[in-house]
Amino acid sequence: MSKLTFPRMGESWRAFKMLLEDLGNDVVVPPRPSKRTLDLGVRYSPEFACLPLKILMGTYLEAIEMGADTIVTTGGVGPCRAGEYALLHHKMLKDLGHDIKMVVFEPPRIYPFNFIKNVWTLNKNHTSVRGIIAHIKRGWRKVQALDNTEKLSHIIRPRELSRGTTTKVYQQVLEWIDCAYTTKQIIDAESAALEALRSLPQHNGQDVLRVGIVGEIYVLLEPASNLEMEETLGNLGVEVERSMFLTGWTRDNTWKDTTERKTVTEAAAPYLPELVGGHGRDTIGNTILYAKRGFDGIIQIAPFTCIPEIVSRTILPRVSRDYDIPVLTFFLDEQTGKAGMSTRLEAFTDLMRRKKRSKLGQGSLIV
Amino acid sequence: MKAYLGIDVGSVSINIVVLSEAGEVITGLYLRTMGRPVQVIQEGLRQAAEYIPPDIEIAGVGSTGSGRYLAGVMVGADVVKNEITAHAVAASMIEPDVQTVFEIGGQDSKIIILRNGIVTDFAMNTVCAAGTGSFLDQQAARLDIPITQFGDLALQSCQPVRIAGRCTVFAESDMIHKQQMGHQIPDIINGLCEALVRNYLNNVGKGKEVLPPILFQGGVAANIGIKAAFEKALGKPVLIPKHYDIMGAIGAAQLAREEVGNGATKFKGFKITGLPYRTGSFECDGCSNVCEIVEIYEEDKVIGRWGSRCSKWDII
Repeated sequence: MSKLTFPRMGESWRAFKMLLEDLGNDVVVPPRPSKRTLDLGVRYSPEFACLPLKILMGTYLEAIEMGADTIVTTGGVGPCRAGEYALLHHKMLKDLGHDIKMVVFEPPRIYPFNFIKNVWTLNKNHTSVRGIIAHIKRGWRKVQALDNTEKLSHIIRPRELSRGTTTKVYQQVLEWIDCAYTTKQIIDAESAALEALRSLPQHNGQDVLRVGIVGEIYVLLEPASNLEMEETLGNLGVEVERSMFLTGWTRDNTWKDTTERKTVTEAAAPYLPELVGGHGRDTIGNTILYAKRGFDGIIQIAPFTCIPEIVSRTILPRVSRDYDIPVLTFFLDEQTGKAGMSTRLEAFTDLMRRKKRSKLGQGSLIV
Repeated sequence: MKAYLGIDVGSVSINIVVLSEAGEVITGLYLRTMGRPVQVIQEGLRQAAEYIPPDIEIAGVGSTGSGRYLAGVMVGADVVKNEITAHAVAASMIEPDVQTVFEIGGQDSKIIILRNGIVTDFAMNTVCAAGTGSFLDQQAARLDIPITQFGDLALQSCQPVRIAGRCTVFAESDMIHKQQMGHQIPDIINGLCEALVRNYLNNVGKGKEVLPPILFQGGVAANIGIKAAFEKALGKPVLIPKHYDIMGAIGAAQLAREEVGNGATKFKGFKITGLPYRTGSFECDGCSNVCEIVEIYEEDKVIGRWGSRCSKWDII
């Protein structure tokens, strides 16, 4: 029987694994991206391709070593080269002598037949249409549970009394959600997970800063690709709110634009009325929405050479000035040294804290 | 008399400052890192201990720069701060109304925007070291000109030569092309200074409002060619503080002073200059990250560890 694998993005693999197994497939869970993944990816990818292409290339090669022979992934429309990556990966893997099969999901609202055909291919158990819908719904609920837990961890971490407890508990509760199978079990595991995080000893959070994270989807969703930036910020006493989660992205791309998406597009319109590919427009729109909600700062993260994010980075200084909100941009590539990033994050935190205190009229301007 | 010690461990230089209670520099040292920060910190402290008057008592220590954690554990720092904050603090001490700070060091360059005494924005060079001290050093060596004369030569230029500033590789090949066409060295060097300034303002200073007073600090501020190029490009005067090359250390000392207040310092004393330090490293096999953990030993005791992505090795 064929063995399936898929791109790894954060913790969502737990839900994908369940869904693909429910349809009767043998699944190889791709390993968490490591230095080796990066080495493999860089060796076999075009030099000027972006980081997501390279990490995924490495991930696929590692999954193939583990026995995978079919890759399930997404395609894409619009002016971002990531839309071609499935095809490119397939060709590169073939050149390397790996005879693998690729199942590529395009946005279903534009390509409904592609969706039906792919589901048909993956439906090894010959489950009824109603059964498939039930499986998808349950998988979807699991992704939601994972996203909700992660969101809460971002709020608790900067408030924890003992450094590292949130991360530790978060790792534990992920396993609870992972083990849950029926919808009821998933909902119960989710409540237990949220409760476990909420009940951690915390301080009053008076000094906690709020930062909105915007940028390109892959580096936002896979912590291994952004050197665990969200955790680092949490440890510096910063609550992060990420503008993108898999649940939101999927909703926007399956049926029709959600209200949230429309709000973001509308907010971005005075600065960027066009779709520039990837999530360039969302970066601008979300920055504005965060500023309006009184956030202390914005961090944009993007792969080096990412055109949509380069476009938005050029516009962000103006948004920053108009809305009086500091913005820090990181372009990520193969570097694994964290020193440069830590320095910038620390300095950015100092800046926001001083700004906040001076607004509140509190004495010392130097942190 | 109380004084405060500031240590800035950069890629190219290590600076040590002893600052009086009044904020005056009693001793300021600028030493080359030469890839051996541990030895140079020890050597620097030995020299500093010789220079300071005997009635001085070190009441607080601060460290900054890319080697700040290393210096921090070695000397027992009261405050370990990033270089952006340290430079901003030092600039405000010298020029309380400062609105813009240009800082160009060995490996990185930054711009800091201050309004009403607080940092409102900053940026650092991202993916390229073009326009930093190391590149100027390298080009000076290639042209066989002492780096100290680089600026003077640039000012002797009478004909503009355009050099690409976007990337050091482009800049170097452009410089070689112009040299082989027969352009004079001063003109090429001036072209390089202008290219670096153009790249800095365009890349690091992108979209920032550069308002005077402008302070230019860091090792590269010694180069009057760069200062002139900045003034030409901006049409505004650029000030170079007296202690331009040790501003980070001054800021660190000042931060230590505020941190300690009337409390006790964690400073281990100048005796550490005589202690043996060594570093070791190993790969952690706890997970697929395979982090390379670096340890520093003082005599036979581990005093610090770095490189871990999780907190597993944080406890010493």
